[in-house]
Amino acid sequence: MTDAARGGARGSRSERERAGVSLPGREEPPFQDRIGAWLDERLHLSRFARQALDKVFPDHWSFMFGEIALYSFVVLVLTGVFLAFFFEPSLTPTTYEGPYEPLRGLEMSDAYASTLRLSFEVRAGLVMRQTHHWAALVFIGSIVVHLCRVFFTGAFRRPREINWVIGVTMLLLALLNGFTGYSLPDDLLSGTGLRIMYSVILSVPLLGPWAAFLLFGGEFPAEQILGRLFVLHIFLVPVILGALLGAHLALVWHQKHTQFPEPGHTEANVVGSRLWPTYALKSVGLFFLVAAVLTGLGGLVQINPVWLYGPFDPSQVTSPAQPDWYLGWLEGALRLFPNWEIRAFGFEIPEPFFPAVLVPGITFAVLYAWPFLERLMTKDQAEHHLLDRPRDRPVRTAFGAGTLTFYASLFAAASNDLVAHWFELDIETVTWFFRVLVLVLPPAVALLTFLVCRALRDAGDVRLTHLPLSSVWRPRARSTHR
Amino acid sequence: MSTSTKGAGAVAAAFGASVLASAGLAIVYIAGGSPPIEGALLLVALGGIGAGLVLWAKRFLPVGDDVQEREPLPSTPDERARASDSFGAGADLVARRRLLVRLAAAALGALGIAALFPIRSLGRAPGGALFHTRWRAGVRAVDASGTPVQAASITTGTVVTVFPEGHVGAADSQTLLIGLGPGVYRPVAGREDWAPEGVVGYSKICTHVGCPVGLYQPSEHLLFCPCHQSAFDVLAGARPVAGPAARPLPQLPLTIDAAGYVVARGDFPEPVGPGFWDRGRD
Ligand code: FES
Repeated sequence: MTDAARGGARGSRSERERAGVSLPGREEPPFQDRIGAWLDERLHLSRFARQALDKVFPDHWSFMFGEIALYSFVVLVLTGVFLAFFFEPSLTPTTYEGPYEPLRGLEMSDAYASTLRLSFEVRAGLVMRQTHHWAALVFIGSIVVHLCRVFFTGAFRRPREINWVIGVTMLLLALLNGFTGYSLPDDLLSGTGLRIMYSVILSVPLLGPWAAFLLFGGEFPAEQILGRLFVLHIFLVPVILGALLGAHLALVWHQKHTQFPEPGHTEANVVGSRLWPTYALKSVGLFFLVAAVLTGLGGLVQINPVWLYGPFDPSQVTSPAQPDWYLGWLEGALRLFPNWEIRAFGFEIPEPFFPAVLVPGITFAVLYAWPFLERLMTKDQAEHHLLDRPRDRPVRTAFGAGTLTFYASLFAAASNDLVAHWFELDIETVTWFFRVLVLVLPPAVALLTFLVCRALRDAGDVRLTHLPLSSVWRPRARSTHR
Repeated sequence: MSTSTKGAGAVAAAFGASVLASAGLAIVYIAGGSPPIEGALLLVALGGIGAGLVLWAKRFLPVGDDVQEREPLPSTPDERARASDSFGAGADLVARRRLLVRLAAAALGALGIAALFPIRSLGRAPGGALFHTRWRAGVRAVDASGTPVQAASITTGTVVTVFPEGHVGAADSQTLLIGLGPGVYRPVAGREDWAPEGVVGYSKICTHVGCPVGLYQPSEHLLFCPCHQSAFDVLAGARPVAGPAARPLPQLPLTIDAAGYVVARGDFPEPVGPGFWDRGRD
């Protein structure tokens, strides 16, 4: 995209008349201007192009996480298309005849066999598969860090509540697609994951049995589920993710990015680098760096070696079985929640409902509602483009830190068997330790964070007295720009 | 300007390394491929471009000193009023035909409801499926290869995964036969004759979220689920004694036929596996 209207004179008078655009005259317009003119005559692009190229994006290292997520998604799509050309989403049994000795002659599904073929026989296939898996881990990781950045700096406040809701939805879909993708190869580990998912759906009061049977096609392990997971994984969820991604970026574009309060930064301006050329080079460079790390990991660091797990068999299980990192909190919740079942009038609420349906349900309900909850609490209706420093919002920061501690403790509890093994402890003891930890540590961390933030905030004021110039200058800069 | 020369050198080196790595990638591919080498070369090929671009921007392009004003987000009251008027004028025209509006709403609503029906096609009705397995009275227990199991082969401390004959691999019917040895079985009331010759059968599906309960510790008579570490006491009707599982593993009533094979006396007395809301229904 280029800007035909900017810069020197170009185009003859007659050309201008033909084009219906007022272009100042010059004999030989440079190449980009001829392209630009061609497009502009058809799309009326010049004004938009000029605004776009000159658009200013604030610089801060913490703004990169959203971009990393975006570029991981691009890598996911590119590698995923390659994988989809080879993967067969079918549970039809077949006998393995490929080059991997330990499994030769074994009965397995086409899905598992085609995953093995992709790993051992398709040239560059293993790098693609492993890059895809690493990209999924980094995708979700960078979304979570990005969400934390947005949370702790108050970037979700008016006018950006819509983008917060879109972002939380993308996190949800990313988790879903991580799970469905991980379930596709029909190896022993993924089959166990599916088994657990089926049981969790089954545990929902009233709806559970019907929901599980409609989704899976029947009682576990139903034949249909694999093809359905495939459609969800490679079509439905990515398409929705892509659309939401577009909306997310369009809103950032339209509302302009937030910035940290610094000298010269006000609620009414954006200070940073222009899209063209600085931001474009940096951001495209970041894409290549992200892709470099992901493909490097994909080639050098083994991940999800499905050939070691063997084909899925509902009467077998690998031990220890652990999901990808982003489901660790749910795994931990499943391990920690005591064996309580509510039974009354011949009906029951099964145990897994609480840790595996209620915990994530409440998690996402609070996530979605946060901007509105905070507004109810603070009564702050104003528009904000300057970010908070986390220390200046002790309550929010403390809540966030406590919440993160809660999920981190659940995550750690997903390894209770390993912890018990390492420290040669009884598994019951370790489980009880984590139960206490999950309940005690978050409030403790929240309290500590609150106290530290409050002290820092007050100390910050003190420090400003050491810098009288800026402390005098900053509020004035704000008021003059309003 | 020594820094800028040095900067240019680094950028050039990064791009140059990328070119070489890409050439290397092509060679490795033709030579038959090797995931670690491909990974290393991709790291350099992509990383070279990335590092080159970022360094370029940092060293030679203006960073962070451009200022742009934000236009206010809310429209002026006048603009808002005009938008509202435009909508209102159109809405008035539509609303004038009140009957048509209602009929259109009814048509869309009916279509929406009709469109829900195909959801039903997605799967079978749960019906009795969750309440029954393939075990029937008189059906022999076979191992994973389909071979009927002799009671005599289940010696003390032995565990075998069995299926009803003709249904090897049926996920809901997988059962553990455990040899307890003579005189050890302590039956739950009413199950006195379910474990002939010290062979007891329990559903292998964990009552927590359904993992196969695979580990048996004969010394303590405990069954462990590897997924979330539930433990079941085999001597006490497979009652859960640790972990998140809330219910015992259902017990399969067994007998031994004239030829010495282990045979079921019927289906499990209750639904196997994880709980669901109307599990108590019969
Ligand atoms: S599935 Fe057995 S303990 Fe969770």
